Amino acid sequence: MAKFEEGLRYSESHEYIRVEGEYGYVGISDYAQHALGNVVYVDMPDVDDEVTAGEEFGAVESVKAASDLISPVSGTVVEVNEALEDKPELLNEDAFGNWIIKVQLSDPSELDALMDVEAYKAHCAE
Amino acid sequence: MNNRLYGNLIFELSKEGRKGYSLPKNNFGRYEVPASMRRSEDARLPECDELTVVRHYTNLSNNNFGVDTGFYPLGSCTMKYNPKINEEMAAQPQFQNLHPEQPAKTTQGALALVALLEKSLCELTGLAHFTFKPYAGAHGELTGLMTIDNYHRSRGDLARKKVIVPDSAHGTNPASAAVCGLEIIEVKSLADGTVDFDDLQRICSVSGDSIAAMMMTNPNTLGLFETRIPEIAKLIHGCGGLMYYDGANLNPMLGACRPGDMGFDVMHINLHKTFSTPHGGGGPGAGPVGVREGLQEFFPCVSPYHGNFGVMMRAYAYILSLGRENIKEVGPLAVLNANYIKESLKDVYELPIDGLCCHEFVFDGLKDKSTGVTTMDVAKRLLDYGYHAPTIYFPLLFHESLMVEPTENESKETLDGFIAVMRQIAEEAKTDPDKVKSAPHNTPIGRVDDVLAAKHPIVTFRQMKNERMKE
Amino acid sequence: MYKYYPQTDADLQAMLAKVGVKNLDGLYAQIPESIRFRGDYKLPSEMSELEVRDTFKKLGEQNEQLTCFAGFGVYDHYTPSVIPSLLQRSEFLTSYTPYQAEISQGTLHYIFEYQSMMAELTGMDIANASMYDGTTAAAEAMMMSVAAGKKQNKVLVSAGMNPRTREVLDTYALHQGIELVTIPLKDGVTSKQDLEAQLAAGDVAGVMVQQPNVYGIVEDFTGFADACHDKKALFIIDNVAADLAVLKTPGEWQADIAVGDGQSLGIPMLFGGPYVGYMCCTEKLIRKMPGRIVGMTKDNRDQRAFVLTLQAREQHIRRQKATSNICSNQSLMALFVTVYMSLMGKQGVKEAAELSYAGAHYLCDALLKTGKFHLTYDKPFFNEFHVKYDDDVDALYQRFIEAGFLGGVKFDGGLLFAVTEKRSKEEIDNLVKLAAL
Repeated sequence: MAKFEEGLRYSESHEYIRVEGEYGYVGISDYAQHALGNVVYVDMPDVDDEVTAGEEFGAVESVKAASDLISPVSGTVVEVNEALEDKPELLNEDAFGNWIIKVQLSDPSELDALMDVEAYKAHCAE
Repeated sequence: MNNRLYGNLIFELSKEGRKGYSLPKNNFGRYEVPASMRRSEDARLPECDELTVVRHYTNLSNNNFGVDTGFYPLGSCTMKYNPKINEEMAAQPQFQNLHPEQPAKTTQGALALVALLEKSLCELTGLAHFTFKPYAGAHGELTGLMTIDNYHRSRGDLARKKVIVPDSAHGTNPASAAVCGLEIIEVKSLADGTVDFDDLQRICSVSGDSIAAMMMTNPNTLGLFETRIPEIAKLIHGCGGLMYYDGANLNPMLGACRPGDMGFDVMHINLHKTFSTPHGGGGPGAGPVGVREGLQEFFPCVSPYHGNFGVMMRAYAYILSLGRENIKEVGPLAVLNANYIKESLKDVYELPIDGLCCHEFVFDGLKDKSTGVTTMDVAKRLLDYGYHAPTIYFPLLFHESLMVEPTENESKETLDGFIAVMRQIAEEAKTDPDKVKSAPHNTPIGRVDDVLAAKHPIVTFRQMKNERMKE
Repeated sequence: MYKYYPQTDADLQAMLAKVGVKNLDGLYAQIPESIRFRGDYKLPSEMSELEVRDTFKKLGEQNEQLTCFAGFGVYDHYTPSVIPSLLQRSEFLTSYTPYQAEISQGTLHYIFEYQSMMAELTGMDIANASMYDGTTAAAEAMMMSVAAGKKQNKVLVSAGMNPRTREVLDTYALHQGIELVTIPLKDGVTSKQDLEAQLAAGDVAGVMVQQPNVYGIVEDFTGFADACHDKKALFIIDNVAADLAVLKTPGEWQADIAVGDGQSLGIPMLFGGPYVGYMCCTEKLIRKMPGRIVGMTKDNRDQRAFVLTLQAREQHIRRQKATSNICSNQSLMALFVTVYMSLMGKQGVKEAAELSYAGAHYLCDALLKTGKFHLTYDKPFFNEFHVKYDDDVDALYQRFIEAGFLGGVKFDGGLLFAVTEKRSKEEIDNLVKLAAL
């Protein structure tokens, strides 16, 4: 069974964002890591890259599948989770505990278009 | 029987000072490669004597399974017999030593062969011209799409950048379109696996002006003949697009129906499927592209010469051997073999779409889903019994796809043997599921750890050694 | 019945009954009659093996067997007799892509060796399982550099690239919307000044050069990699494989991608193919690389095993987002060059390259000595060189052909001669005698 976490905002393509002040931590949901299976590689952007809401910023690969990462928000990448370079399996172990990128938000109003946990649960149940 | 020593990596069999070659003496005198040009250290290639090299690769070959080893029902790959006479013909020295830049009047035999093969393929497909530049099926697909793109560009019709493909299509179709700078529109399939004509009409009415082409195999990926193909072709032509035939499934059409007559304008042929040239462990193949009259001027230059000429020689030897009498039996016999297996197994394997198939069909795993035995398990267990596995998990329309293509060359006894084993595996799935799930047991190696390979890629001997040093 | 069809009449009847159709024609009941093919193909009648042999023999006799001094990307190197014999092992020849690792270790194992050897030869970190040929490998490298870049869409190509390769690059670039810009030659070598100017103009994803270049000249790429990397462009070297036994490697030039044709590793010229393209790159770029890759792993019995890996890059998973549309490699030809490098080994590949070098320089000196030729560019070359002839070059070329020689390739108003270890001193002397007439 997939886990869900309160207090985060979710996108239809299964990314989550945890907002702290002007920054947001973006990762993939537990539901998404389940669907992918063993993650073998996370393709991440560089620090200072711009990301745009609804556009791809990287990819997550398992042995038999690959899934693009779609940014839920627009902004500038201020940090990437380097631990995932050597240990991509961290996403399987704890998807919510291991964010992928930290973004400085350029338009916080974009968050309103994302789902809360209840809406996301319903989305996953579809 | 395999020998452990010779089964090592060739690098591990190397010893300084050994040699496996003989070259003429250098009697040109004082010419030496200047130090400024030279690499700083030698390439660390192995140093082995000739017999060691021969034994090593002979031992490796024993760990492989080919069509000559046994039944190879790999769906969508047409693993037919690769006749030996083809090999003998392709090895002729009068062709081997031809430099591709030689003037035409010194290569008349080779050029005649190209022309004769072209003429034969035109006759068999109902198209007017072929280019032999593409090196493989995917390369042919790309060449065909470039031809179509060039055609539209030549007419100033620059908006035609969309290619319609069935949602059941092989991943190569969208990938080729992307390399060609085109976009994909997927058309839905009906429950019976054929193109949803209503959806196609909708797409054409919405995007008709931007349609470059529709790409199809026929029979389709499920081995089913698209009976509405004349209407489909009319619809696409009506909105200004061209029809592209992916020749992956041409085999059952020999003796039955020609792509040109179905309404296709451009196609590629996999010579390594339909025309019996060996797959060689993944290549070389050849993917000649045929077109209707008038489109040949739009062929792109995707390789410098006549493509994989050696593969073409084999295909021509095959056509000559069979002749007009036997080539028209290829399709019917392949179709009979496929249907015979399907009918003999559909009570124990799930057949999502019943009815006559062409050269291949797809099961959706075992009928009895309660055992937990998957298509992967069935495939691996087949290896234990000395069969190559069918294509698995393709097409993506079903969760447990198992795609079987027997080809025309297999005897009833071979098919009966395969059927018996497939039934036995279905039985084992109930009585001893663990045995099936942990298969294979009788192969040189067991199931491999894909995750380890992908997580820490080790793809060279040097990386392997460095890794060992770290440990 | 026919020799490739095992179904007897009794078999046919039993099978048709099982399927529930009356005859073979009934199997196609679903095909609309309007498009059914009836009647006979206009093809020759069935031939016996003797007749097939005879037909091919007659075709073969229409080809002229010439002593080859031509190159231009395709070289007449020597093929050890072991290779054709091992390549006919039908377990290799008649297998498909090694999807089922448990019964394909033979193929997977040799591809791993192939990758290891190509990485050694080019001095690069890693190699893929091979590409169709050198020209398409170059096109893939061009696309890879654009895909690896952020938004850059321009690739700079040296005028020293073989025009045959360039034509294929142009084809792919047109459809991909990639802008190709030519870096001119200065005194026969890629102009570093022009390269730097173009890099400064911006938007450059990759820079591609050829070694030795189309005139046979061995170029000095000092500073090229730094210039590229300063502008975040990838540096790509297209190198004749056999020459790398001796020449400074793409790795030493700090290239990001090395590509080329492996034909020079003993593969017969066979009128243009099959050959084998190679592609190597830095470890950093591994997931941007197109094509199959074989990796090492373990099986569930804890044995070393090889497997197709990093498949998430490929078309069957990523569809239109794949790194390339290539589905296969040129496996059997990869086996060819793997066996070649195993036999020739560390010393043999060098010796063959040095012999080629010596023969080419011997020929060049002898031609210059006739007083009728001069080098188009007086620059260091390897086993191929370009000369201008003071008289009618077409007539000279024709004279060579009539005497049974393929006297180079006509190119840029002169002749491009190549010499390999297969050319004896006597053959070279005879060619020079004709040239001196």
